[in-house]
Amino acid sequence: MSNMNAEKEIINNPVLTIADFKIDGDIKWCAGCGDYAILSSIKSVLVERGGKKENLVFVSGIGCSSRFPYYINTYGFHGLHGRGAAIATGVKVANPELEVWHITGDGDSMAIGGNHFIHVIRRNIDMNIVLFNNKIYGLTKGQFSPTTPRGSITKTSPDGTIENPFKPGELTMGAQGTFFARIVDTEPKRMREVFMEAAEHKGTSVVEVLQNCVIFANKIHAAITGKDVRDDHQIFLEHGKPMIFGKERNKGLRRNGHTFEVVTIGENGITEDDIMIHDAHDPDDTTHYMLVRMTLPEFPVATGVIRSCDYTDPYDQVLQEQVDLARKNSRIKNMDDLINDGNILEF
Amino acid sequence: MNKKNNKVVEVETIVVKFAGDSGDGMQLSGTQFSDTTASAGNDLATFPDYPSEIRAPQGTLAGVSGYQLQFGHTEVDTPGDQADVLIAMNPAALKQNMVWVKPGATIIIDIDNFDNKHYKKAGYIEDPIEDGTLEGYNVVKAPITSLSRATVRKMGLDPKSADRSKNQFALGIIYYLFNKNLKTGEQFLDEKFGAKPIVAKANKKVLRAGYHYAETLEALAVTYKIKKTYRLKGRFRNINGNQAAAWGLIAASEKSGRDLFLGSYPITPATEIMQELAKRKHLGVKTFQAEDEIAGINAAIGAAFAGSLAATSTSGPGLALKGEAIGLAVITELPIVIVNVQRAGPATGMPTKPEQADLLQALYGRAGESPVVVLAASSPANCFDFAFQASKIALEHMVPVILLTDGYLANGSELWKLPKMADMPEIKPRLVKDNDPDYQPYKRDPETLARSWALPGQEGLRHRIGGLEKEDVTGNVSHGPVNHEIMIGLRAKKVQKVVDVIPDQKITGKENGDLLVVGWGGTYGPLVSAVRDLKKEGKAISLAQFNYINPLPKNTKDVFKGFKKIIVCEKNSGQFAFYLRSLFQQFEFLQYNKMQGLPFMIAELKDKFNKILEDE
Repeated sequence: MSNMNAEKEIINNPVLTIADFKIDGDIKWCAGCGDYAILSSIKSVLVERGGKKENLVFVSGIGCSSRFPYYINTYGFHGLHGRGAAIATGVKVANPELEVWHITGDGDSMAIGGNHFIHVIRRNIDMNIVLFNNKIYGLTKGQFSPTTPRGSITKTSPDGTIENPFKPGELTMGAQGTFFARIVDTEPKRMREVFMEAAEHKGTSVVEVLQNCVIFANKIHAAITGKDVRDDHQIFLEHGKPMIFGKERNKGLRRNGHTFEVVTIGENGITEDDIMIHDAHDPDDTTHYMLVRMTLPEFPVATGVIRSCDYTDPYDQVLQEQVDLARKNSRIKNMDDLINDGNILEF
Repeated sequence: MNKKNNKVVEVETIVVKFAGDSGDGMQLSGTQFSDTTASAGNDLATFPDYPSEIRAPQGTLAGVSGYQLQFGHTEVDTPGDQADVLIAMNPAALKQNMVWVKPGATIIIDIDNFDNKHYKKAGYIEDPIEDGTLEGYNVVKAPITSLSRATVRKMGLDPKSADRSKNQFALGIIYYLFNKNLKTGEQFLDEKFGAKPIVAKANKKVLRAGYHYAETLEALAVTYKIKKTYRLKGRFRNINGNQAAAWGLIAASEKSGRDLFLGSYPITPATEIMQELAKRKHLGVKTFQAEDEIAGINAAIGAAFAGSLAATSTSGPGLALKGEAIGLAVITELPIVIVNVQRAGPATGMPTKPEQADLLQALYGRAGESPVVVLAASSPANCFDFAFQASKIALEHMVPVILLTDGYLANGSELWKLPKMADMPEIKPRLVKDNDPDYQPYKRDPETLARSWALPGQEGLRHRIGGLEKEDVTGNVSHGPVNHEIMIGLRAKKVQKVVDVIPDQKITGKENGDLLVVGWGGTYGPLVSAVRDLKKEGKAISLAQFNYINPLPKNTKDVFKGFKKIIVCEKNSGQFAFYLRSLFQQFEFLQYNKMQGLPFMIAELKDKFNKILEDE
């Protein structure tokens, strides 16, 4: 690389530090809230990625999670309840050079913004959606959400909820999502790995963070994140690696007809060769769909990048290509041309 | 073309109405004929009147589709009250339109469809040809269906396509009746059916057959000639309101240097704006067909944040859904244009019928203190000017602007004098230079109170905005009680300050008199025609047609002062009158209102005005 190129490289990819993203004011989440860990993981990823910090835009809807843009020094837009995905769509489609992050929660994107959530994924607009799933409405103080487990007692379900919860991963697959990951807020290193992959993905990436609300649903994910159970109750998936989990790293997932089963390596003649290899890049989402559906106690909960597949180009990129092509090919170059094109009458 | 030596009478204006089943091609024949009259140098105004069902059962009243056209030598500002000539392709079309024809008018019917079965389907008890319904009219009973079929019999067309050409037979009669050039009509068909030469050929043949049929018909011994209009000079095209609005937005995009982004959801009668803009990628236009009305405007707000000239198009029910997001644009002080093509409501109402009942929704229909600029276009062609103006105000004042049109303007067309872009006013968006040390998100221009527009990607200007109340100047989130009141005041004052850049209210007629007719938006055509007629009769009557609704022009009070009486005419129950009363308590505002999903008739307006003038 010549000197000039190296210089150019530095201008285009300036070295960033955490301080670049620090805001002046206070962060107003509750002490002990899982959101802090997510914020700091995302900042680390932005620093690691480098690039022009002015090209970053954080867009959110409403809820505790959606205060996020106020707490990171980038361009930011705190929108309306549920509408963050639509606002982020407008930002990205208007200027595809921007890197857009959409921060949302289980109320914001699964209930009032459910429609926008599935459609942004279906269009595959190149943005990173980070879905803070604490399975409760926090900012309105404790009502059940579309991801609250059935039977939960909350302020609006004194006798237990009678609704079946959504799994964000299922909706993502149903909307033909090209990227889905699940992660817990207690594991910063894995969060960073997953956010990094999400940011690199071309198209809509959805990262569901199992996030703990200390006030209204404390320990809601304890069965998955608890120190003593996490290794047995979670399977962290990595592309190209066998689906092995457990404290002893001796449990794995094996295909059994139309479903999976949990097997133990070394028992009943099972070896590592019997264990499925994770293929996150498979365009066919059947296996990914089965992985996101796995629930305790029969199965461990799948975390990590479950699906990451580039089989279709992002909407914003394709639209920009259409615009560029039309501009090049049309004989109508400006408004005067358009006004005077076609059936003109002279008097 | 050889013509018999029959009598040619010269007339000033003519109103023709085409009516038939939704699938009969009435919109096509109407468009084709207006194209021909425009080419012949006549002034014109059109109004398509179609049902909201795509193909209601054949022969029923619900399925009648109409296209009315007035063309003339003198001023033509409306599609006309009543028709001089009605083409009724079936009994339902006749029944639906008998009230809209002049006494003694020429009525051309497709006699092939006037059988027992058809007139009963239309709800006639007796055969309308026999029962005296048509007494006093010049009725032409043409076997349109059978002669059309016979004309194309040997061309190898399937029966459906053959029957579809029958509108051309009726049209051929009209071309003869008004001495219009068949060639222009044929060119239109060639362009329309370019991809299907056989269909084009068949249609042209049937058009000619209709013409020749008329030539030999005694019922049409007299034909009419309408001289070129004297009031038009220059280059023109025929344009409808939706296309004009779409083009106004593109023109503003070019003038401001900001690419146009439209986020919309299909809704009658506004959809054509999105369809037109979707074809304009070559001018840098991006259209986003959203999953709903809400996503449409929110995406537009996102695009505005990112630096586009952002717009959304909709109709009443959609405006209701967008209310929350308009509030977001108010508090984030971003420039967006909302084009609301009004239709008859509430709820789904009558989607294809015009009304002006979204005025108060546009002014007040949002959460909190949420003022926006409201404009209204008053003719199909000036939808261009007001879409341009709405964009200019939005970009220069950093406010959401609602532009009200209606189904009457959107679908109606007229001749539009072509502007030159060099003559259009400049648009200067409030952009900021990179690293401007003085930039603060809510620092304002002292003149307009508009904040500046720093765009993502720009260096040294990172900031965050959103729906929470902003601190004055810094734009930080604030729940401060005094700050909130200050911000409400600033947002309201910013909208009011737009008054400094809008023109004074014009008066058609003298500045003093017995009666001032007040209208707004899409009622201009009938109101100006009625006022003009009465002025000719020597009445002291004038018209003030408002395009700027919020803020109202500076001289509004002075306009009202000069008249003994004021009557506010609108296609709702009195919303503009209500608004004016709240601002000008010193005047008495009489009302004339119509809520039938129909335009005003000139005759009904004149009756009303005469009564008031006599009522001293």
